[in-house]
Amino acid sequence: MADRERRMTPPYGGVFVARTTVLDAAQVHRALTRISHEIIERNQGLEDVVLVALQTGGVEIARLLARLLFEIDGVDVPTGTLDVALYRDDIGLRPVMPEAETDIQIDLGGKIVVLVDDVLFTGRTIRAALDALTDFGRPRAVQLAVVIDRGHRELPIRPDFVGKNLPTRRDELVDVNPEGVLLGEMRK
Amino acid sequence: MSKHLLDLNDLDSDGIRELLHLTDLFVEVSQRPIPKVPALRGRTIAMIFFEDSTRTRMSFDLAAKRLSADVLDFPTHTSSLSKGESLQDTVETIRALGVDALVIRHGSSGLPREVAEGVGETISVINAGDGLNAHPTQGLLDAYTLCQHFNEVAGSNASLSGIHVGIVGDIKHSRVARSDVAAYNALGAKITIIAPSALQPDDVQNWPVEVSDNLDAVLPNLDVVGLLRIQKERMGNDAVTSIADYIECYGMTEARANSMRPEVVITHPGPVNRGIEIADAVLDKRPNVLVNKQVTNGVAVRMAVLFRMLGSGIEID
Repeated sequence: MADRERRMTPPYGGVFVARTTVLDAAQVHRALTRISHEIIERNQGLEDVVLVALQTGGVEIARLLARLLFEIDGVDVPTGTLDVALYRDDIGLRPVMPEAETDIQIDLGGKIVVLVDDVLFTGRTIRAALDALTDFGRPRAVQLAVVIDRGHRELPIRPDFVGKNLPTRRDELVDVNPEGVLLGEMRK
Repeated sequence: MSKHLLDLNDLDSDGIRELLHLTDLFVEVSQRPIPKVPALRGRTIAMIFFEDSTRTRMSFDLAAKRLSADVLDFPTHTSSLSKGESLQDTVETIRALGVDALVIRHGSSGLPREVAEGVGETISVINAGDGLNAHPTQGLLDAYTLCQHFNEVAGSNASLSGIHVGIVGDIKHSRVARSDVAAYNALGAKITIIAPSALQPDDVQNWPVEVSDNLDAVLPNLDVVGLLRIQKERMGNDAVTSIADYIECYGMTEARANSMRPEVVITHPGPVNRGIEIADAVLDKRPNVLVNKQVTNGVAVRMAVLFRMLGSGIEID
């Protein structure tokens, strides 16, 4: 979960305390490398593939994926960022942060968009992202890559590429960064 | 922050910066292939304009629509107000219809505040210009336009520090000038108001500005020249003897514009009296005339204000 949400999202508010390390840096790197290969395999190359990172947790992950895709296939995959705050169904319950920037420079019409996020949880962010994407064109396909799928889906949404399936309690929090994945909870 | 936006002087500089930073977001939305977001779906905004307005009204209308809110236009000329219904009763009726916000323009200073006090926190009241008092969204959009010009975006720490803004014209009767001064001052700009003494406000010593009646003397020091619209109906009284005199002393003529450094910025809230406040050739040809930019930014600023008042949830803790 993105840092800002940890700080701001009710009813959390408090400090994130890590309990276990789920993946270390090398394991995150390996998972992302595997996902990169899977993206190339699924789409038979990288033609028309565009990475769209969800603000804010997906941005760093997408940057790493783009680098790995380049190392593997020599293709510079276009990357954008998307903030879905204005499309959420719980708008008004969460703060909107103007610094989480939407930056999509290319027409997504006809492209294969790979949405990138750190954690897949209820699926509501992805639902909002699918709505938002249609305002930037009509992609040929939309796929979803996440580092962690922690379950507890509230909508019929599934990821195409997963780093790790991680069973969690609802009140736990998952922190993803390139140095590792931590599982913990908020303490007051 | 209150549920209402009545006067920029009600906000501290952080409150003004927050709205300008939020405007960055809506400037970006406005540049998308489909410049519309579902943020205020299901919200209803009533527009009540007792004074004629084209651009402010259209700008609020477009802002509301780009946020997917529904807009109710209240026709003040043909409504029951003209049948003698009191304003309070009318507001009560509009509220009973289930609106979430009122955007009000009225010729009486302070009327939007009265309405806001009447409705409490149940709905938002947004002042679209009241008498000589305030025009907060104009102040915000003028400040935003300058921030954008000098720094590309407002950013989280919007500032006009080091910028010297001159505001030229009928300051005394201008709500735009009052809101501009509030916004520019909050962002740390140096402000000089330039007007014949009869058009300077009576309480000018309380304003955070320097005062001059000589445009040509101040002009070489300015980074921004903010022209105000001259209300022709005020001409010919003691204040200004004639339009020709006004142009001579305060008009942005070609000669004056040519004497300025090319990077000096000119703003005008519109509608422009061509050939009076500003010469045709200056308006149409000079670089750094930001009049159209102001209009464009007006929509994004009003999206930020409507969103902040109705949908952002920032105060929910």
